[in-house]
Amino acid sequence: MIEIKKPAMAGTLESSDCQVTVEEGEGTIEFSLDSTVINQYGNQIRKVAYDTLKNLDVKNVKLAIVDKGALDCTIRARIEAAVYRSAEQTENLPWGGAIRS
Amino acid sequence: MINAVGRDIPEEILEKTGKEVFQGVHHFDGYTYRKHGPLTQAVINSDGSKLVAGIHDVLVKCGIKDGMTVSFHHHFREGDYVVNMVMEEIHKMGIRDITICASSLGKAHDPIVPYIEDGTISNIYSSGVRGKIGEAISHGKLKGLAVMQSHGGRVRSLVTGERQIDIAFIGAPTCDDYGNCRGIGGNSNCGVLSYAIADSLHADKVVAITDCLVPFPNFPAHISMTRVDYVVEVDAIGDPKKIATGAAKPTTDQRKLMMADYCTEFVVNSPYFKDGFSYQTGVGGASIASTISLAKEMKERNVHMRFGVGGLTKPMCDLLINNQVDCLLDTQDFDLDAVESVKDLRHFRISAGQYADPFNKGAVVNKLDFVILAALEVDEKFNCNVVVGSDGVITGAQGGHPDTAAGAKCAIVITPLLQGRIPAICTEVTTVTTPGESVDVVITDYGIAINPKRTDLIEAMKDVDLPFKTIEELREIAQSITGEPERVKFEDRVVGVIESRDGTIMDVVRQIKPFEFSEE
Amino acid sequence: MNPNKKRLRRTMMFLNAQKPGLIKDPYIYKPDSIMLDLEDAVAENQKDAARFSLYHALQTIDYRGCEKVVRINGLETAFWREDVRCAVAGGCDSIRIPKTESAQDVKTVEEVIIQSEKEFGREPGSVLIMAAIESARGVMRALDICESSERLFGIALSGGDYTKDLQTRITGTGIELMGARQNMVIAARAAGVQCFDTVYTDMNDMAGFQQDVETIHLMGFDGKSIINPRQINTVHKIFTPSEKEVIFAEKVVREIDEKKAQGIGVFTVDGKMIDIAFYDGAKRTIELAKASGTYKGGLLDD
Repeated sequence: MIEIKKPAMAGTLESSDCQVTVEEGEGTIEFSLDSTVINQYGNQIRKVAYDTLKNLDVKNVKLAIVDKGALDCTIRARIEAAVYRSAEQTENLPWGGAIRS
Repeated sequence: MINAVGRDIPEEILEKTGKEVFQGVHHFDGYTYRKHGPLTQAVINSDGSKLVAGIHDVLVKCGIKDGMTVSFHHHFREGDYVVNMVMEEIHKMGIRDITICASSLGKAHDPIVPYIEDGTISNIYSSGVRGKIGEAISHGKLKGLAVMQSHGGRVRSLVTGERQIDIAFIGAPTCDDYGNCRGIGGNSNCGVLSYAIADSLHADKVVAITDCLVPFPNFPAHISMTRVDYVVEVDAIGDPKKIATGAAKPTTDQRKLMMADYCTEFVVNSPYFKDGFSYQTGVGGASIASTISLAKEMKERNVHMRFGVGGLTKPMCDLLINNQVDCLLDTQDFDLDAVESVKDLRHFRISAGQYADPFNKGAVVNKLDFVILAALEVDEKFNCNVVVGSDGVITGAQGGHPDTAAGAKCAIVITPLLQGRIPAICTEVTTVTTPGESVDVVITDYGIAINPKRTDLIEAMKDVDLPFKTIEELREIAQSITGEPERVKFEDRVVGVIESRDGTIMDVVRQIKPFEFSEE
Repeated sequence: MNPNKKRLRRTMMFLNAQKPGLIKDPYIYKPDSIMLDLEDAVAENQKDAARFSLYHALQTIDYRGCEKVVRINGLETAFWREDVRCAVAGGCDSIRIPKTESAQDVKTVEEVIIQSEKEFGREPGSVLIMAAIESARGVMRALDICESSERLFGIALSGGDYTKDLQTRITGTGIELMGARQNMVIAARAAGVQCFDTVYTDMNDMAGFQQDVETIHLMGFDGKSIINPRQINTVHKIFTPSEKEVIFAEKVVREIDEKKAQGIGVFTVDGKMIDIAFYDGAKRTIELAKASGTYKGGLLDD
C-alpha cells in the first residue's frame, strides 16, 4: 500500500493533458474532477482514476483532476506520476505491475 | 414528429412556431408566394435631414413598445457596439419581451445577457450565438425560443413575412443625414452591408446608426435613403481592431496543412475542376490553407476560376489580384485585404438574399461548384452540426453552411477527426444543422470519406492517391482513440430551434442538464 | 538477426514524451520512426512524469507501423537506467543512446536492456539500439561504436552538440558537418549498419532543408531526424527512387533470379554489366519505392 503523506502534483493544463493533485486523505478516496469533457467522459475518467489508484494500492487520498481532454492513458500517467512523487520513489518502479494500462 | 433527418420534433414546438418539420432540401422547389412589404411612412417635406439626437430619441420616434422585434447585422463581427448600445437603452426604458432578430450574435454581445435574464429580451433569432449568450440560452435563461437561421433562411423569413421586424438598426460605417449608407469608409470600415439589405427592405422602421456622418449624397449607396427612416450619429459603432484585422498569417499547423492538401488534391481530381469553375471557402485555418494550395495548383494546371463567393479573406482576394479568378461576389469581409479589395471593379457586393435565399428566383449558391466548410460534428449520415457544442451548449452559427452545402455541386467539410478528446465524426450529431444529403465529402486528418450517395465522385476518385475511408471507419478510428463518449444529458425543455433554410424545423436544442456522476 | 534491424528509416520524428498532445497521433504524418524523447526535450524536474506518460503511450497507443524509438537520458545522468526499464517494459522497438562516445557506452546500455527484457518478459534481442554521436571523440570512434553490438541498427549524428565540441556552429551550409557525416556514413557502411543525419532546425527555410536532405541522400545516409512533420514529405520524396531507377532495379532482380538458376554469373541489363553485387542495391530500391507508395509491381511481396 502506498501512503499519501506529502501533497504532490503532476501534469499540465495544456490541451489533451490533465493536472492531477494528490493529498493526504481522511481515510478514504476523495475524488474531484473538473473537465472540459465532463458531460461525455466524466464517468469514464472517474473509472480510470479509481482503477489506477486500485492498481497502485492507494486507499487514503484526496485526488483532484483538472482535465483538458486527456486520453485515458494520460490520466493514468498523471495520477501515477503524482502518487510516486508523493511517495518520493523514482527508481525501480513496478512497470507492468502496479503501473499498468 | 420525425423529420427527414430522423429528428423527433415535439408537437408542442410545431404548434408554438406554426412550422412544419424538415422534409428534404428540395421540398419547396417551385414554391409560390407573394413577398412581404414593409409599412412605409412617406417623407415629403423638405426639411432635408433625418438626423435624430440619440438612440433614446429614435426609439421613441419609432414607437418602441413591449413585444417588438428589433434587428441588427453582424458585419462588425466581434467589434460590434450597436447591439449593446440599443439594447441598453431599451432596457433603461423598461421595455420588455423584445425579440432580437440578428444576422448573428457573438461574444461581443455578452453584455446583453442580463437583459435575457430579466425579461427585456424574450426571443432571439440569429444565425447563431457564442459566448455567454449561448450559455444563458442553453441553461434555460431565455423566456421564449432561440431560433437559429442560416443566412439564406433569415432573408427568406423576412421576404415571406414569416418574420416581421418592427425596427431595424443598421450600423453604417459611413452615412449622410438622409440615410444613404455605405459599408466602406469611416472608422468602422467593414466593406459591405450584405446582411442588412433584407432588413432595410422589409423592416417597418429603419434606423441608420453611424460614427462617420458624411455630406449628402453618400453615393453609391449600399443601402439607399429611400428605405431609411432615421439617422443617428454616435461616437463609435464598433472597434475597428476587431472588425477587420490584418490578414491571418497562413497556418503552420501541419495537421491543418495536411487536410488542406487533401482537400486540394480532391478538388483538382474532381470532375468540377475545370476552366470556369466556382468556389467558396470559409475562414478556418485549413480552409484558408486550402485556398492557398488550390491557387498553386490552378496556376500549374492553367485552370481559371470564374467566380469566388462568400465571406472573403486575403487568399481569395489574391486570386483576383493575380487574375486567377474573374470576379468575387462578396457578402462579408474578414480582413483588411478583403475590405480594400471591395474597391476593385471585379469585386461585387451582393446581398445575403442574392447569396443564399432559397425562396428567391435563384440564389448564387445554386451556381457553386465547390464549397469548403468546417463542422463541429459530422455523423454517419453526413449530417453536420455547426451550432451546438458536443457538450450541449449553443456555441456556433449556421452562417451559410446549409445554404452553400445545398447549392454547391461538391460540398466538402474539413474537420480534424478529434476536437480534443471529442470525436468530430460520430454516430449521431448532437444537433443537425446541415442535412447529410447536402454534404458530399468529409476530410479529416485521418482520412477522407465520400458520401456513398455520390457514386460519381467515388468513381472519379478511384485512382486518386488519397487516404479514402468510409465514414463508419472514421467514426471507429475516432472512438478507438477516445473511448465511446456518453451522450450529453438534456432536460425536456426546448430552448432553441434549428430552422432549416426553407423555414421548416431541422432540429431542436434542449436545456442542458448539469452533469452528475452515475451511481457507483 | 532481429528482422527490424534493417527496416526502412527515412524519417525519425522527435517528440517530447512528456507532451500528450504530441504523442497521441504522430503516425498520421507517416514518419518511418518516431523518437519519443526523455532527454533534452524534457525538463529536469519532469523526467519522472515523462516516463509514466511514455509507458502508457507505448502500451495503449497504436502507432500504426511507425517504429517506436525511445531516447533515454545520457549515461552521465541518474535517469538513464530507469528510462531503459520503462521503455522496454512499455514495449519500445529501439533505444537511442545520446552522446555515445565508445563501444563500451553501447555495451553498458545493452546490459540493462538485457536485464529489462528478462524482467518484463520481452523476447531476448527484441529491443534494438541506435547510438547518437554528438562529439569529436564519438565521430573518431564511429566504427567501434557501429560494431559494438549485434542489436545496434545504426548511428545518428547530432549536429548541435557536435559542432559545439568542434568549436564551430551550425551554418546551414553543412560545411561544419562534412567530416563527421563522411566519417560516420563510411563507418556505418563498413559495419553494415544504418546511418542517420542530424535535424535541420530552421523551419522557415524549406529550400535549405531540401538542399540539406539532397546532400545527405547522395552521401549515402539512410535517413534524417525530423523535428516537425512538415519536413517529412520532403525527405520521403528525395528518398523515393525515380520511375527509371525502379524499372531498372526490377529488371536486375528478375534477371539475377533467373540467371542464377541457370548458373550465369555476369550478364547485361539495358547495356550495363550486372552481377550478383547489384542484387541488394536493386532490392533496396524496390523496397524504398514500395514504402513510398510509388511501386505497384509485384516483386518482393512476401
